[in-house]
Amino acid sequence: MANIISDETIEYVGILAKLELSDEEKEQAKKDMGRMLDYIDKLGELDTTGVEPMSHVFPVENVFREDVVTNGDTREELLTNAPGEKDGMFMVPRTFE
Amino acid sequence: MDLKQMTAVELSAAIKDKKVTVREAVEVSLDAIAKKEESLNCYVTVDREGALQRADEVQKKMDDGTLTGPLAGVPVAVKDNMCTKGMLTTCSSKILGNFVPTFTADAVLRLEEAGAVILGKTNMDEFAMGSTTETSAYGVTRNPWNEEHVPGGSSGGSAAAVAAGECFFALGSDTGGSIRQPASFCGVVGMKPTYGTVSRYGLIAYGSSLDQIGPLCKDVTDCATILEVIAGHDSKDSTSIKREDADFTSALQEDVTGMKIGIPRDYFGEGLDPEVKASVLAAAELLKAKGAMVEEFDLSLVDYAIPAYYTIAAAEASSNLERFDGIKYGYRAEDCEELHQMYKKTRSRGFGAEVKRRIMLGSFVLSSGYYDAYYLKALRVKALIKKAFDDAFSKYDVILGPAAPTTAPELGKSLQDPIRMYLGDIYTISVNLAGLPGITVPCGMDSKGLPIGVQLIGDCFQEKKLLRMAYTYEKARGPFGLDKEGR
Repeated sequence: MANIISDETIEYVGILAKLELSDEEKEQAKKDMGRMLDYIDKLGELDTTGVEPMSHVFPVENVFREDVVTNGDTREELLTNAPGEKDGMFMVPRTFE
Repeated sequence: MDLKQMTAVELSAAIKDKKVTVREAVEVSLDAIAKKEESLNCYVTVDREGALQRADEVQKKMDDGTLTGPLAGVPVAVKDNMCTKGMLTTCSSKILGNFVPTFTADAVLRLEEAGAVILGKTNMDEFAMGSTTETSAYGVTRNPWNEEHVPGGSSGGSAAAVAAGECFFALGSDTGGSIRQPASFCGVVGMKPTYGTVSRYGLIAYGSSLDQIGPLCKDVTDCATILEVIAGHDSKDSTSIKREDADFTSALQEDVTGMKIGIPRDYFGEGLDPEVKASVLAAAELLKAKGAMVEEFDLSLVDYAIPAYYTIAAAEASSNLERFDGIKYGYRAEDCEELHQMYKKTRSRGFGAEVKRRIMLGSFVLSSGYYDAYYLKALRVKALIKKAFDDAFSKYDVILGPAAPTTAPELGKSLQDPIRMYLGDIYTISVNLAGLPGITVPCGMDSKGLPIGVQLIGDCFQEKKLLRMAYTYEKARGPFGLDKEGR
């Protein structure tokens, strides 16, 4: 069973993944993803009826703590890593018309 | 006294005995770095000045009795996906090419508190996605045993730095074998602890349900010692486990009498290099001679581990890597007029091919209409794989097998065919899916002069069984290392 990835699917995945691919990259991505899905389809050979999906190996519970601030004000430090900064805030390109 | 030959524990003891200073120890590593980095490229960042300054601080604290631990004064290298306050942390990606964290990963903090001296940050596959360290945006790392070969990956820089004497030990991270496989390829000891044993706080996430930090080092004694220092509960990692049994060095006993070793037949079939096979089976024989019971069995489901792993890891990666958006830190594409265009251009130019491949696959398997068929299916298969290990550990103390099907491949031969590269992870990735601990110990050389490693796998929380067996094996095996001019 061969998975054929359509142009629409790659467009859609590009939107989900927030990636902009060149035409060449798109063709390669179609091939790569098709091959990977062919391979992953092997899982279909296993009967998993009644098997619960296991997200964590151990029983994990939500960890709660009091809603108290424990870290100090690191705004200045954090902003030194920002590609764009203005008046103590992150600066981004225009977000709406 | 040749400092280069010393293990981390021996070095710290020698410093305490005043036979050597911390500065001298750091200079030994820095000299090796100066001599070999041009060809090996184990590091992305070397903090020469910082390390020397820190050496003097640590020396003072050792002299006045503040620092007494077994790693005090020892120079260490840290994989470049662990945050280090004030020190560049790139994940070997262009997108984090200028990222200087404002905090330090918990495991690294524990090393600092124990008096280890950080030399710098080691090269890796970009975002830990790869098996060869060739997907790094900062050049390939070469295998110190043969520079035409890869060191393995993704913790290839850490493994190669230990093997080449460019540090006395290193931290790596293991999502699908990224500590154990490069340890095997570089002839060093590497361990992935039980999931939750070492805090992931400050480890830049790839597959959060699979990632664990662990040691790469010269011998099993170092391994237990390092693990004891970096393990521990951390309230900043919600999957961190409170363990009462973290006195791992107590397991360094030369005794495997009556321990049961299971050898999975499915790990010794098609695709396994005959020289690797012979060497790994010889290790089992040696343990048998030491009093262990050895038996073959069928683990089952081995062929399903890789597709399940790549589905889950890609899904988690696509989610984890959403944070790299060009706003708060790292690279941002210039020439963008609006926000969404900026996201897309930043990510498209900032990520390498393998990272994009996995993000796209992950986005797809999580998307509406495919989530059940792919992602949930993989999680169900994961449950079956865990069950298969539970069955095995009801009969055996330890599972013994190879860490990888071959020794280190030649540079430039792996990336053209991703699926073939993924198949190389067959003996390591199910361990991550099941959250188990695993250790690789060097067990021989192939005819090309490249190291072979034997992998021991234990049940959850059974690191001590692994360490005891690995320690016994190592004593029986005798010395192993780069003696020509290496260490």
